[in-house]
Amino acid sequence: MYAQDYIDPGTPESTADELVTVEIDGVSVTVPEGTSIMRAAADLGIMVPKLCATDSLDPFGSCRLCLVEIEGRKGYPASCTTTVAPGMKVRTQSEKLTQLRENVLELYVSDHPLDCDTCPGNGHCELQDMADAHGITTSRYDVGGRVHRDTPKDISNPYFAFDPDLCIVCSRCVRACDEVQGTFALTIDGRGFDSKVSASQNEPFLESECVSCGACVEACPTAALTEKSIIALGRPESTVTTTCGYCGVGCSLKAEIKGETVVRMVPNREGHANKGHACVKGRFAFGYATHADRIVKPMVRKKITDPWREVTWEEAIGYAASEIKRIQAKYGKYAVGGITSSRCTNEETFLVQKLVRAAFGNNNVDTCARVCHSPTGYGLKHTLGESAGTQEFSSVMKSDVIVVIGANPTEAHPVFGSQLKRRLRQGAKLIVIDPREIELVRAPHIAADYHLQLRPGTNVAIINALAHVIVTEGLTKDDYIESRCEVDSYRRWKEFVADPKNSPEAVADITGVPASLVRGAARLYATGGNGAIYYGLGVTEHSQGTTMVMGIANLAMATGNLGREGVGVNPLRGQNNVQGSCDMGSFPHEYSGYRHVSDEAVRAQFESSWGVTLEPEPGLRIPNMFEAALDGSFKALYIQGEDMAQSDPNTQHVISALSAMECVIVQDLFLNETAKYAHIFLPGSSFLEKDGTFTNAERRISRTRKIMEPLGGYQDWEVTMMLSNALGYPMNYTHPSEIMDEIARLTPTFAGVSYEKLDRLGSIQWPCNEDAPAGTPTMHVDEFVRGKGKFYVTEYVPTEERTSSRFPLLLTTGRILSQYNVGAQTRRTHNVVWHSEDRLEIHPHDANVRGIRDGDWVGIASRAGDTVMRAEVTERVQPGVVYTTFHFPESGANLVTTDNSDWATNCPEYKVTAVQVVKVSQPSEWRKRHRELTKRQRIQRRAGGGRVSAQPHSPSE
Amino acid sequence: MHSDYLVRMANDISRFFASDPDQEQAARNVLGHLKRFWDPRMRAQIVEHYRAGGTGLSDIAAKAVAQLAEEEPAKQT
Ligand code: SF4
Ligand code: SF4
Ligand code: SF4
Ligand code: FES
Repeated sequence: MYAQDYIDPGTPESTADELVTVEIDGVSVTVPEGTSIMRAAADLGIMVPKLCATDSLDPFGSCRLCLVEIEGRKGYPASCTTTVAPGMKVRTQSEKLTQLRENVLELYVSDHPLDCDTCPGNGHCELQDMADAHGITTSRYDVGGRVHRDTPKDISNPYFAFDPDLCIVCSRCVRACDEVQGTFALTIDGRGFDSKVSASQNEPFLESECVSCGACVEACPTAALTEKSIIALGRPESTVTTTCGYCGVGCSLKAEIKGETVVRMVPNREGHANKGHACVKGRFAFGYATHADRIVKPMVRKKITDPWREVTWEEAIGYAASEIKRIQAKYGKYAVGGITSSRCTNEETFLVQKLVRAAFGNNNVDTCARVCHSPTGYGLKHTLGESAGTQEFSSVMKSDVIVVIGANPTEAHPVFGSQLKRRLRQGAKLIVIDPREIELVRAPHIAADYHLQLRPGTNVAIINALAHVIVTEGLTKDDYIESRCEVDSYRRWKEFVADPKNSPEAVADITGVPASLVRGAARLYATGGNGAIYYGLGVTEHSQGTTMVMGIANLAMATGNLGREGVGVNPLRGQNNVQGSCDMGSFPHEYSGYRHVSDEAVRAQFESSWGVTLEPEPGLRIPNMFEAALDGSFKALYIQGEDMAQSDPNTQHVISALSAMECVIVQDLFLNETAKYAHIFLPGSSFLEKDGTFTNAERRISRTRKIMEPLGGYQDWEVTMMLSNALGYPMNYTHPSEIMDEIARLTPTFAGVSYEKLDRLGSIQWPCNEDAPAGTPTMHVDEFVRGKGKFYVTEYVPTEERTSSRFPLLLTTGRILSQYNVGAQTRRTHNVVWHSEDRLEIHPHDANVRGIRDGDWVGIASRAGDTVMRAEVTERVQPGVVYTTFHFPESGANLVTTDNSDWATNCPEYKVTAVQVVKVSQPSEWRKRHRELTKRQRIQRRAGGGRVSAQPHSPSE
Repeated sequence: MHSDYLVRMANDISRFFASDPDQEQAARNVLGHLKRFWDPRMRAQIVEHYRAGGTGLSDIAAKAVAQLAEEEPAKQT
């Protein structure tokens, strides 16, 4: 069922401009054309009885409970499927209607056990509510034992159960799976009393096509589909609205709680980013927050080979501060730095960069966006003027041609993926540019019009070829370019892309994509109506990541696809607060709002607010920090919520760098891979334990709200504050709202943001200031943020990472639905039932010649290192390309990735590594070493008095 | 820092700006990038490398570092 505190008006909102006035039960109401009578009545507070209708789904008209009388019309039309007409007079109550409804209810009840008191749905069940309202306790209909009593429950899914006895066959689940999620996993089998819900080919949910998004559970009006946590813990007592801590969609969720225990997370139907949908991660995988592996006491040790010693907060913070001071005294003030996290809140991130700039006195601060979307920041800032996506998610519902480049939304941004699929089912065209056959290429009721299956590393060649076609075939929007862009830059770019060397025919050998497909795709994008580009890490994580982002912006400007709804350039951000951590000044060269540290006026503002003199020179980026650590000029690092030893490329190199430092401070939920090289461990807090804000991929700022006390005693921003105070730079905020006030004071794009406004509006898309007090859904409307849009020449430069006889295959990496990034959270939930290890996808041809069969252990070697994992033989990848995810540390996917990086931002080239793959029988050296190290870590912890502190409700204990 | 590391980065940056037909402008763009995004110790080290012969630097990169060397004497290391 939907959230406890939600009042369901029964049918979706109409967005028509025309208004219609009708009279319902004698009261007049004006609603948009196309509104159902049911919804119009709800506007008046009249809740017409219903069972098969709910406002997240198109009306279906099957239960016949919502009948009404309409003056001048015969019969009793269903109010859910009948829309309002001018002057209509409707009656929702009459003796006849009551009698009809009672009949319907008695029929339902005859096939439904009435043991409400012991049912997990008790108190939050539409059938119970309807029966109570109509005084139905028994049924006159004898069904001859046809009720589904004792039908076995399907408990295969770890998070929800299906009890066929409680099912009233309203089809809401089936429709939710089709309409909301777009997976089409459910059907109603059989007819009449024999009909029942079934997943795929009558399979248990877990084995079916179900992706466990929970949409069916949310839609079910009874307890037939129920969260197992409700069955176990009983009905929640209260509700707190918060924001998902996982991906960049930033779904609004309602945490339904009992005391401090989260009973369930339900998507918020009023959530602006997700509109009532969620995915298996946000919806169900929150148990990691109370997992027994959580470290809740600070720990220190002198050397990384020493056992950990549990200490008080005072001692840990005191030691950290004294080490930083010692190191600065000995090696200079530039020998220390800090890392902010895309998993932490805006306020926490802002504070860490403030700590580095004001208390450490340098600009050595960076963030994990370095390794994912830094090219987006650079590329979009230079071309359009702002380091962010241009649209809101729902803009896609107005797109005619959707281009997805190097992104896999149904796995990595599932809720947006579902929305995109909905638009595609309505008829929008789709172009996929990806080396792999991602789900969107062929999904139920969806087929890509073009799949440009390019070779990894040839993005820029493809974008130039697309531009070549558009320019040489005269498909550019010249008047738009003339009025909105720097014409000189356009002329140079036009000349460049028109060069025959950029034609689809000329680059076909490089990209592996037939020229005719490129030409077709280019024509479609340029002429098919509103064209919107969505892209992911398959664009940014390349040696030419920034060039490609610029190429995308060029293409959108040249075709006039920027500055209104339905178009745009949209980076899909990986982690929930990648956008926010970048906005908050986490990069070594810029303050919040993307203003360079060398800008004197800006710096002066920060100096006067913070009461210190600030450095005018950029600091070190993460990979620079590692290099500097290896050359001895960088010695201490404060890492909030990051696990570089797993997430960054060329693991061996990262480990050497971390090992070369004298003080590594890790603040995290778990003893992660990086903590193996740390001297101080400070317990972090999960998103359930803190107040703050996250900013999603559409620049939407949403609140996360504290549901339980931090297990370690402090929220992350409080820990940073303690460290700062111990270093002698006072920070005295009493609530994150005060940090946001400071952000707003110092950041023009955030000037109008406050907690009060966020509470009032639900969420805000920045820029939010005097000009746009309620925020900005679409950017660059009348002009680009930089004034005129600027075209950049994007010469294709092949990566140095090339295949050879030694390394004949190209490895590319990605993500999977059920796991999240380095997996520290999702691996500690039941999500492992879907994905318990990283696998190497290899094409049957490449597998054959190597004697590799599905499931075999294979060794993967590159010039950087080697590892082993199991093979999955599949045609999703093309011959010559292999693919894996990096969610599990023991598989060491980043042992093989190299330290090649983007020219502008040093974002690593995760997406292209030349490798060899061979069948093996032995675990790799890495697996052996990893096992030993993990064992050592455990012993070190135990020896130091650390213990596994069991918390309630840890699903994968 | 290892000079190979710095040289490689400088060359990567230069390759992007190299498409400018005006090579002087290309070098100025590279210089601008180094000043905007490189920590002073990295700039100092590449200047040092340049003064020691500048092995491995591409033409444009070398030009940019030469300008850098003129503008800022190696200071912080
Ligand atoms: S959980 Fe989602 S995918 Fe699975 S059956 Fe329900 S709606 Fe469909
Ligand atoms: S499982 Fe629930 S939503 Fe699905 S048909 Fe049965 S009662 Fe309706
Ligand atoms: S992981 Fe992403 S899509 Fe899933 S619920 Fe969270 S924010 Fe939404
Ligand atoms: S609610 Fe209208 S027919 Fe079921």
